[in-house]
Amino acid sequence: MLAVEGLTKRFGGFRAINNVSFRVDRGEILGLIGPNGSGKSTIFNMLSGTLPPTAGSILFDGREIAGLAPHRIIVGGVGRTFQIPRPFHRLSIFENVTLAGFYGQGRHGRAKAEAAAERALAMVGLPADRHASVEGLGAAGLKKLELAKALATGPKLLLADESLGGLDESEMDQAADMLRRIRDELGITIIWVEHIMGVLMRVVDRVMVLDHGEKIAEGLPADVAGDARVIEVYLGTDADASLAAAAAAQARRRIEA
Amino acid sequence: MNNRLVGWIVALIVLIAVPFVHSDPYHLHLLVLILIWSFAYTSWSIMGRFGLVSLGHGGFMGIGAYVTALLWNHLDISPWIGIPLSMATAGVLALVVAYPCFRFRITGHYFVLVTLALSGIVLQVITATRDYTGGSLGYTPRRAGGIAALQFDDKTTWYLIALAVWLAGLVIWRAIDRGMISRAMEAISEDEDAAAAAGVNVTAEKLKITLISALMTALAGALYCQYQMFISPDTVSGIAVSLQMVFAAIVGGVYVALGPTVGAAITILLAEVLRISFGTGAVGWDNLVYGVLLVLFIIFLPKGILGSVIDRITSPPKKPQRS
Repeated sequence: MLAVEGLTKRFGGFRAINNVSFRVDRGEILGLIGPNGSGKSTIFNMLSGTLPPTAGSILFDGREIAGLAPHRIIVGGVGRTFQIPRPFHRLSIFENVTLAGFYGQGRHGRAKAEAAAERALAMVGLPADRHASVEGLGAAGLKKLELAKALATGPKLLLADESLGGLDESEMDQAADMLRRIRDELGITIIWVEHIMGVLMRVVDRVMVLDHGEKIAEGLPADVAGDARVIEVYLGTDADASLAAAAAAQARRRIEA
Repeated sequence: MNNRLVGWIVALIVLIAVPFVHSDPYHLHLLVLILIWSFAYTSWSIMGRFGLVSLGHGGFMGIGAYVTALLWNHLDISPWIGIPLSMATAGVLALVVAYPCFRFRITGHYFVLVTLALSGIVLQVITATRDYTGGSLGYTPRRAGGIAALQFDDKTTWYLIALAVWLAGLVIWRAIDRGMISRAMEAISEDEDAAAAAGVNVTAEKLKITLISALMTALAGALYCQYQMFISPDTVSGIAVSLQMVFAAIVGGVYVALGPTVGAAITILLAEVLRISFGTGAVGWDNLVYGVLLVLFIIFLPKGILGSVIDRITSPPKKPQRS
């Protein structure tokens, strides 16, 4: 569904992303992890058109989308959230999502946009009250709104930039479950960006690890968590916990199977 | 909802009846001016309310007035054709200036400066081509009279024309306000990247709203020219006129449909009061008063007079409902 080849982004002399290639298969959840500043958000910004790549190719459903204007990529079937939620404060919650439903699906009338908004709000668990203000939402609520906006654009591929910091443990679990439900129930392929490994490792099918703009590991969560370079990057802190979590998840899968 | 409709119809009938009941030419003259300028200020607010503060609208107004008059005087082109041509000219100019601004993300103060330059350029062109435009001495369309020339001597006809155009302006304002484009513009004015991530073509939406605003402003300029039968760079173009638009729109309130109209009534009546009580000794005083008031309004009453009044009226009954 997505094939990225030799993606590079330079800011002046600084290489934010250096020759990164990867693929995402339909129906997959790919975890994208790495320490702060490793280039995760830069990759997202290039995939969604917010930043034009310096070099490289991004094939989405066989179509080259590298360097396209962001609205064309969004209308073409990619949805994205921002790491720090960026709601429109002067619009109500419902209007925020309706806007995304209207423009993100290529303007097929207001009724269709409102229906899309209602579905997206129900999916993330926010009320579809027409006048509720954004100001009433807390950190978790704003994350949900961000997700609802992305879903309302009708994506085939969802780029979820979820630094789950600022949420407590149960909220993190909820967010992780929600992404899994989005994939299972709506059939949306997901790339999930995160800098904490723990929660992510339990949900994703495959993980890709970035450090200083380069891909240092890719594979199944359990394998990646045991990778020496990955452990080094994370200084062992998160890796131990993640390793345990991944092993537990694999054990569970085996039982389920 | 029905009461509201009845209210609008009654108001409309009253407005249409005014010149037939009270035909004092001076009062009608003031009303015509208020309506034409209200339309111009409404046109400005259509983009101004979304944070696209333009100081170039004096330029669009000048183009509307001068292109119409020049076509009539030099090429015998009737204003019925000349006005659409002048609007098209303003529209093309708006796109030429706005596209690079929007494409390369020139926003906020920088956008204001670019539009300010536009006003200045139009003013300079009018003064520099004085052989055709009369320069700063002003310009008069050739008198012919009649419908083909769009020249009428009686105030009642002009009042009805101005009323119709003003109403059309309000209808456009309302259509935009109700439409998705106003949501998109609100989103864009807050965060262009987030708006684009929602699928909004930021450049196209901004261009649309700018084009509508520029076309309407040019029409206001053309109407002003046809009504006054005299235009000068000071009265229909340039930076002073642009500032006057910003001031009146902000004083009345840019977020409500009738705000710019309230602003027009206040500014025109203020200018008249100053003129009558101080005569020629007070030339330019109105601009001084505008300047001081503008500062006070931006600080203390950013929603303008009408916006604040409506807030006062509508907010108290809402509170008990919420609790």
